[in-house]
Amino acid sequence: MRFMIIVKGTSDTESSVLPEDALVALMAAYHEALANAGVRLDGAGLQPASQGWRIRSKAGKRGVVDAPFIKAVELLAGYTLIPVRVNEDANEWARRFPSSHSEWADGEIALRQPYERDDFGSSQSVERIREREAAPRT
Amino acid sequence: MTAAATHDAITAVWRNESAKLIATVARMVRDVGLAEELAQDALLAALEHWPTRGVPDNPGAWLMTTAKNRALDQLRANSLHARKHEQLGQDMEALQTHVEPDFVDALDAARQDDIGDDLLRLIFTACHPVLSTEARVALTLRLLGGLATDEIARAFLVPEATIAQRIVRAKRTLAAAKVPFEVPRADALAPRLASVLEVVYLIFNEGYSATAGDDWMRPALCEEALRLGRVLAGLAPQAPEVHGLVALMELQASRTRARVDAQGRPVLLLEQDRSRWDALLIRRGLTALERAAALGGARGPYALQAALAACHARARTAAATDWKRIVALYNALAQVAPSPVVELNRAVAVGMAFGAAAGLEIVDALNLEPALVHYHWLPSVRGDLLSKLGRHDEARVEFERAAGMTSNQREREMLLARAQRTA
Repeated sequence: MRFMIIVKGTSDTESSVLPEDALVALMAAYHEALANAGVRLDGAGLQPASQGWRIRSKAGKRGVVDAPFIKAVELLAGYTLIPVRVNEDANEWARRFPSSHSEWADGEIALRQPYERDDFGSSQSVERIREREAAPRT
Repeated sequence: MTAAATHDAITAVWRNESAKLIATVARMVRDVGLAEELAQDALLAALEHWPTRGVPDNPGAWLMTTAKNRALDQLRANSLHARKHEQLGQDMEALQTHVEPDFVDALDAARQDDIGDDLLRLIFTACHPVLSTEARVALTLRLLGGLATDEIARAFLVPEATIAQRIVRAKRTLAAAKVPFEVPRADALAPRLASVLEVVYLIFNEGYSATAGDDWMRPALCEEALRLGRVLAGLAPQAPEVHGLVALMELQASRTRARVDAQGRPVLLLEQDRSRWDALLIRRGLTALERAAALGGARGPYALQAALAACHARARTAAATDWKRIVALYNALAQVAPSPVVELNRAVAVGMAFGAAAGLEIVDALNLEPALVHYHWLPSVRGDLLSKLGRHDEARVEFERAAGMTSNQREREMLLARAQRTA
């Protein structure tokens, strides 16, 4: 099974403030440790939500919502995907995530397990999505 | 935290750290068997202390310090040469005088490279040719994968005592042969690396190919082989065949979910629902394959097999498969790693690219091949080609023959069904 370590946004990640060198070094070391252990499947950091936009639906109407978005912690700053055998393995990696036990204590990460597509059962629409995803890969 | 939760947390730390502990201690005591015991001692100490005192902030460093101290005790007890003493004493001092966690972290960071070297040494030692293949596999899973004996036993469907024996004997053999704890140099490196890759791929295939066995442990073997491959790729980034093997495993693993149907019956590659292939693993596999090629390793046996898997991965439908390219790749593979099985696969590809008659010609040349006398895929492939040529009676006989040869119940059912459909 896989777990996604999701890094929540902070006011710093939202304002493109680059973290201090020491934290960058810790983050780099953490991801290197994941890679060295052969468990860094995928991952990316996200640019500030203010660089993007939202589309909100309400009572059947859709509207574009631009920044600013108020609560930074509801925003995402990045993710890392790791394969694990049991939940405790995910927990062990999460525990070692730098910001959760360093002096840069402001921050939050979330652990979520992605659905496998088979979890959705089978319907015509699901099958169509599956066919789409089988599109050419180069 | 409840006692059970602490225990699970410790187990998780152990899985992450055990290989590094064993590798580091093995460099000190020059004996992997002893190193494992000392690392286990550190685990026991953790199991004793952490439930009451709590899990330390840096459990890996705690275990490492404890294991090293045990190693030093051991070395002292054995009263090694004075010079060695002095050297190790300094190490000990460095560890004991600085107990602040920050310092331990810094020490860890500074030693990452050393740990990488030690891990490489451990892999090469566990896969040493002085050991039987079975022993190499068991020892690698135990020392590098942190798998417990009963887990290895479950994965290979053998009694736990058998695996335990195998590991004990392997350690004894290594000690008796005085196998040095080192990364082989110069001319010795290539064949020794091949031995390592062989073990990793065997572990992968054990999980991938068998349809019997413990449903939980089999995928764990594939995952563990993949993980080991990725670790190796990080430790030996300039070795093209490592990337070739990683590519092969990622691409094969990408098809795991499509390989059996809802009833647990095997689904052949060309009949698989390609939407169930794992796009992330395909992407990783293709990237690893590019890396192997960029390092000049496109013609290595694993890279060639990965390139074959990549051909399928890139085809949106089975009909879109580039069979001519597959034939070319099998031709190349037949040169670097000739085997009757490769030849049989080449026959299938030739049959797809240039017609069943051309494929049948190759298969018929294999009929007397002793290595394939009990290989049910030979009559199975022959039946398929015959059936495409409209020679149905002959085809049916071949399918029935193949069904009689396989020990796998699911495959037998599939072949008998095929025989019945062939009219």
